[in-house]
Amino acid sequence: MLDILQYEFMQKAFAVGLLIAAITPCIGVVVVLKRLSMMGDALSHTSLAGVTAGLVSGLNPILGAVVFAVASALGIEQVRKAFPRYSEIAIAVIMSTGIGLAGVLSGFVKNSASLNSFLFGSIVAITDFELFMVIVLSIVVILSVIVLYKELFYCTFDEESARLAGVPVKAVNFIFTLLTAITISISVRTVGTLIISSLLVLPVASAMQLAKSYKQTVILSVLLSVFFTFSGLYISYYANLKPGGTIVLIGVIALISILAFKKISSRLRMKKTYIKSA
Amino acid sequence: MDKLIEVRNLNFGYSDKLILRDISLYVNRGDFLGIIGANGSGKSTLLKLMLRTLTPISGHISLLGQNIKDFKRWSKIGYISQKATSFNGSFPATVEEVVQANLFSDIGLFKYPKKIHKEMVYHALERVEMHNYAKRLMGNLSGGQQQRVFLARVLVNSPELIFLDEPTSGIDARSEEAVYCLLARLNHELGLTVVMVTHDLGAIMAHSNRLICLGENGLLEHDPSHGLTRDVVTQIYGYDINLHLSGSGHCKNCTRKEGK
Repeated sequence: MLDILQYEFMQKAFAVGLLIAAITPCIGVVVVLKRLSMMGDALSHTSLAGVTAGLVSGLNPILGAVVFAVASALGIEQVRKAFPRYSEIAIAVIMSTGIGLAGVLSGFVKNSASLNSFLFGSIVAITDFELFMVIVLSIVVILSVIVLYKELFYCTFDEESARLAGVPVKAVNFIFTLLTAITISISVRTVGTLIISSLLVLPVASAMQLAKSYKQTVILSVLLSVFFTFSGLYISYYANLKPGGTIVLIGVIALISILAFKKISSRLRMKKTYIKSA
Repeated sequence: MDKLIEVRNLNFGYSDKLILRDISLYVNRGDFLGIIGANGSGKSTLLKLMLRTLTPISGHISLLGQNIKDFKRWSKIGYISQKATSFNGSFPATVEEVVQANLFSDIGLFKYPKKIHKEMVYHALERVEMHNYAKRLMGNLSGGQQQRVFLARVLVNSPELIFLDEPTSGIDARSEEAVYCLLARLNHELGLTVVMVTHDLGAIMAHSNRLICLGENGLLEHDPSHGLTRDVVTQIYGYDINLHLSGSGHCKNCTRKEGK
């Protein structure tokens, strides 16, 4: 059953998968609860522009994705100031810029197969440098989320009251934007730019159906994310499927199953109550 | 008497429209001050200026005896906004987590809560009779219960002064009465100073010891013990109003009026 771990490329894939599966829901919880899922999409599209810039310039594509995503995240905040009552305009402007730039730069990429691998992910083709970068950046994200746990919770639940309680809201939001950009750009290797936002959302959406507190939601979404990633890698290896898409589809199936289970169990409970009272 | 809030010659407006013109007022320790007025008269704006969420064009505000520009003791000021109960109901936070969040300045930046903080949360919830709901999800509570949790979130820091912006909007009459009675009890028993913006004339008349009205003619102070006549209300709102305060003006379950 663990045959696949005898190959070095699969060992790397599982190591990267574990790290990315751990960090995406940590960021995803705040993204979902702040209703910023569209920001995930915008940053993943600008990451693609960074990937193409990295491929065109001959530098590392993931490094390009990190630089572009961080710049875009800060850009969203700047554009938002120009349209304070229409914050979604800022996201649409940055997303359009990312798509446009990626489209133009892709014309200069010599090997189009390498660009395609970033659209849907290519976790099994990860290099040593990329593995090192993912390890370092994942540790930064995990430590930041642990240290800023209560600050992120309060800013997500009620920003106005958090400010009055003394939470440095602007600084926390700034750090969170940077962490989101880093998480998305290093995750493009696993599931690709087109489906990264689903990795941010799916484990959190599933966990929210089962958890009884914010803390439980964070822990459960990390566990579910690791489960989706490992089972996706395992199934894709033996069924010869694309790992990124498989991971996301397992997440979708899990969410549908949880929703169905909740609905059935609530109907059964209602039926029991009705029989008892009759 | 100890003045917790002092506002002098305050002016504020958006773009070219002046909303608050030359407002001056004070709030003494132990006051239960009601702020009433028509929509758009600047009631919530006045609260936001006193909370420094907005900056005035001119004028002076002091909180707990200190100029608001240098004021740092925000944990001693509680605030329950109009939006409090309209929070995202599917947010997976327990009552305990929400109340504990407000202990930020006590716990400290980058630090985790200790046993003493858990006890402070329990006592605050006990004060609003919500201690048996500590592990419940906020979204599973009724509007009245949620409002009591938000009150506990404010009380956990032992504030000297609390601001409330239409705290009973969107909750049923029974829960509304419970919230008013709870506030009156905290004001009476703990000496907590309360400043509340509301449209609920009957309840605020029953519980406040001072009432200020924002209208077209600026700020008017009215003594709640004199009651509200149709003429007074018409003067405040700037147009003729038929006044029906049926059933209001007193509260069976609390002793606020007798105590003051």
